[in-house]
Amino acid sequence: MKIAFTAAGTTWESMIDPRFGRTEFFIVYNDETQEVSVVDNSAVKNEAHGAGTATAQKIFEIKPDVLITGNGPGENAATALKQLNMKIFVNAHNMTIKEAYENYKNGKLQSL
Amino acid sequence: MINNPPLKIGIASGKGGTGKTLLSTNLAAYLSLTQPTLLVDLDVEEPDDFLFVRGTTQSITDQYKMIPVWDEKACTLCGICSKTCKYHAVIQLGSIILVFKELCHSCYACSELCPAGALPMQKHKMGEIKTITSGNLTFIESRLNIGEEQAVPLIHQTHERVEKTHGDIPLQIFDCPPGTSCPVVASTRNVDFVVLVTEPTPFGLNDLRLAVETMKEIHKPVGVVINRYGIGNSDVEMYCREAGIPVLAKIRYDRRIAELYSNGQLVYDKIEDMQTSLDNIIKAIQNVVRKN
Ligand code: SF4
Ligand code: SF4
Repeated sequence: MKIAFTAAGTTWESMIDPRFGRTEFFIVYNDETQEVSVVDNSAVKNEAHGAGTATAQKIFEIKPDVLITGNGPGENAATALKQLNMKIFVNAHNMTIKEAYENYKNGKLQSL
Repeated sequence: MINNPPLKIGIASGKGGTGKTLLSTNLAAYLSLTQPTLLVDLDVEEPDDFLFVRGTTQSITDQYKMIPVWDEKACTLCGICSKTCKYHAVIQLGSIILVFKELCHSCYACSELCPAGALPMQKHKMGEIKTITSGNLTFIESRLNIGEEQAVPLIHQTHERVEKTHGDIPLQIFDCPPGTSCPVVASTRNVDFVVLVTEPTPFGLNDLRLAVETMKEIHKPVGVVINRYGIGNSDVEMYCREAGIPVLAKIRYDRRIAELYSNGQLVYDKIEDMQTSLDNIIKAIQNVVRKN
């Protein structure tokens, strides 16, 4: 299963970026192959408009099964993400990616 | 002297809640006692001047913008549209093209570049312009539909409308959106002078600085009105002195103003100080504009 985290950095110890649309990175973890990859989303910093939909487009290319983030996507992004068969978990603020993953495994994250 | 061009004044502030509405509505009502005056509420996302204007509604018109509409059958899924749109208002998700009409700037790029002609442009209602008259006062309210994210096209349309149908009113007051981004720039585009309303607090000063920077970039003469004068400190005054920005008036903090305001009432005819402030503001503006 492919799990994507909105991340403020590029490692397992990085913090969750609570923003969906304006997240700097996605960390993508495949818990079957234990492969980790990083997707750079920092170009979105320069977008005055439409960060949410631009990021949604990116997520669509990654096609994760699960998305773990903080605040949850805004309205436009949420509309776009509905096209994907993906579970979204929110409220992973102030956690490292590792902690968020553990909390997710233990069913402690709130799903959207 | 007969053909003096109208005097156009923008009322703006670095953030909301500083007294922009109080000043706009009272200034307009007060000036309209002696001459035809126009008040335009351009704070299209949250217009609230109407709470203080009682008059007769003359017209309400729907305002539209053009947006692309996806023709699924014609589309070849080439992906050009989503790469073209600078605003990410059209994106491709696999075999689906999604258009976010609230984000669309009506630039036509996707529609024109689509090789299959699969994105024809269509009218989409984004808001309304209402005209109300009350004696010498003409009041125009521009209101964006809830959920629409682009204020600028409606602001432009409102300016055009004002110029066409009310361009001859000698005094024109534009209540602009708060902040420092595109909507306030679009709102103040054709005014002669911008009044920045602020409060004598550290937050007020911070927002004022940003607003002054924005107005400098578009080369507008500015003056400051300090609202709730007496609370906070004198840093705003010091900043204005150092930056060479005229302080047009200080509206003293007065509980009666807050009470009248929250009851939807004008204050200029009930609080003497207010009339003096309004007189000072208009005189100072006329002086600056005449010199230019
Ligand atoms: S540019 Fe036109 S044909 Fe190409 S994907 Fe977009 S809508 Fe379809
Ligand atoms: S008209 Fe312009 S802004 Fe609107 S969706 Fe097309 S490219 Fe984007």
